[in-house]
Amino acid sequence: MATKNPIEDPMIDPRTGEYAVIAPGHNFKSVTQKIASIVLTSNTPLGWFFGLMVGGAVATGVVIGCTWLFLKGVGIWGVTIPGAWGFAIINFVWWIGIGHAGTLISAILLLFKQTWRNSINRFAEAMTIFAVVCAGTFPLIHVGRPWLAYWLFPYPNTMNVWPQFRSPLAWDVFAVSTYATISIVFWYVGMIPDFGTLRDRATMPFAKYVYGMLSLGWRGSTRHWIRYESASLLLAGLSTPLVLSVHTVISFDFAVAALAGWHTTIFPPYFVAGAVYSGFAMVLTLAIPIRKFYHLEDMVTLRHLDNMAKVMLATGSIVAYGYGMEVFMSWYSASHWEFFMMWNRMFGPMWWGYWMLILTNIAIPLTTLWSRKLRVNVGYLFVLSFIVNIGMWFERFVIVVTSLYREYLPSSWGTYVATKWDYMLFIGTWGLFTCLFLLFVRFLPIIPMSEIRMMLPQTKITRGGKTAETVSEEMS
Amino acid sequence: MPRKEGIYGLLAEFNTPSELVYATEEARAAGYRRMECYTPYPVEEAAEALHFHKNRVPLLCLLGGLMGVTTAFLMETWMSVWAYPLNIAGRPLFSWPAFIIPAYEWTILFAGLSAGFGMIALNGLPQLYHPVFNAPNFRNGATTDKFFLCLEAADPQFSPSGTRAFLEKFHAVSVVEVDH
Repeated sequence: MATKNPIEDPMIDPRTGEYAVIAPGHNFKSVTQKIASIVLTSNTPLGWFFGLMVGGAVATGVVIGCTWLFLKGVGIWGVTIPGAWGFAIINFVWWIGIGHAGTLISAILLLFKQTWRNSINRFAEAMTIFAVVCAGTFPLIHVGRPWLAYWLFPYPNTMNVWPQFRSPLAWDVFAVSTYATISIVFWYVGMIPDFGTLRDRATMPFAKYVYGMLSLGWRGSTRHWIRYESASLLLAGLSTPLVLSVHTVISFDFAVAALAGWHTTIFPPYFVAGAVYSGFAMVLTLAIPIRKFYHLEDMVTLRHLDNMAKVMLATGSIVAYGYGMEVFMSWYSASHWEFFMMWNRMFGPMWWGYWMLILTNIAIPLTTLWSRKLRVNVGYLFVLSFIVNIGMWFERFVIVVTSLYREYLPSSWGTYVATKWDYMLFIGTWGLFTCLFLLFVRFLPIIPMSEIRMMLPQTKITRGGKTAETVSEEMS
Repeated sequence: MPRKEGIYGLLAEFNTPSELVYATEEARAAGYRRMECYTPYPVEEAAEALHFHKNRVPLLCLLGGLMGVTTAFLMETWMSVWAYPLNIAGRPLFSWPAFIIPAYEWTILFAGLSAGFGMIALNGLPQLYHPVFNAPNFRNGATTDKFFLCLEAADPQFSPSGTRAFLEKFHAVSVVEVDH
């Protein structure tokens, strides 16, 4: 959609010249009806079934890939020595990075009082949880004997063996399990009042029953709301350092190792920025079709898309700085190994990975996102969101593979070639993610109704409780 | 506990939050104490009118966080120093800087769970039945677009006719009696 003359476009606030966060003319009832009807309708759109079918078909890749893996072992993958870390780690970092934007939107933007985030908050959080599900699959299945994956946790056992807490891989277990748990609690707590609304608006007895149970009997009492607001703020305050720590710990998996290309102090901030970058791209990938399909343009407006594109521009620039610093340090460190690592990345046998990353992560997004016209061009943003996520996948590929396959001793050099099982599992997780997301869209409130109500002008309190009618009565 | 019977309170319905806040302030000034507002989104002014300022969710969260950091750090120390001592690249057994990271994560885990479940517990949820649900207009409004004030019969000021007359002064859409 092209930018119209601000005076004619009703979506533009005449005072600020910005796109409105919520279209004018809405009231408490209309926003509630609009969002609740997506869930409570008895006519499931055919497109939804089609999407679920495609997603389910793709997700069978996970089932088949895991079954064969459990039967044969990790030898079916392309991992080998020296390339001992392959797709499993790349995909793990990629997926969990995608999840981070959800927490950023739900927690950090809440603390910064960015109310525009209210409309995209719920499905961004859902995206987080489903991305963590996809991410968590990979470390669990790559441990070699996945049926013993619970050994990762400190639990009393007859072997008298305990985890080794000086290893970043043990930190990962704590970071990712905490992240998954807190994200689910935050998500669920956020939905309790909306479940109350759905319970009260549902007509089917079964829906009333299920949403009633999920709402825990929420009745909107003011004392409950105050405690609820405290808990939300606290969870946001806790999620903020959590999300930063999770990707920091993941970067430690690399940075603590003494390998050229991994052993750098810039990894934590640049991993976190990259995570947010790819996560916002994924929010755009999801938000753009949803607002179109369910006609939510009034609540997920161009303002949201514009703001998300701006966040991508900022985090993308941090990522670009990270890449630049890596190149600079490979020269400035005067380390032969560092220099060779960078030369090998750029011009070695896997040069295409590095230049693909530069093209899709830096060259295309960071030149175009400066233009406001393109930032509010829905079609362009949709395409760009895919480009950035391809770029972020290549970033992890470059970090994991090109650092490993030609390390210190030339005699131990090798290469890395992913097998069809690697691809099947990776593509399968896209299907898993799509299925989970479609189920969420159909059965849970995709936009937080209570938070949208708070953004409406009708919430303004006039002292003395005088409405227009009471004032005129008093006058007479 | 014997089943409570009879009237729970009088429930007044309002169209706007301003009217609700005004009525609540006036009810408080008139001496009513056992009362509650029901709104479709958090109305802080209503909480002020009810003189509900402090809640214990932050305290629970703090206690949870302290418990998390203590548990994790002591657990790691015990496991690494006494239960299963391992020489990892010559580091001391009590290599506390490395222990900070899991302890940090468990601080957040325990604090977050305490905040979330503490809020639910302090709110007395899950409580699937409550007398206000008996009001015919409650479920159609309190979670959508209406604002309710309930003056409860347990209040010494309460009298079915007097309180009704009091509430009707505020131009409520309706004032209905709610049974237990």
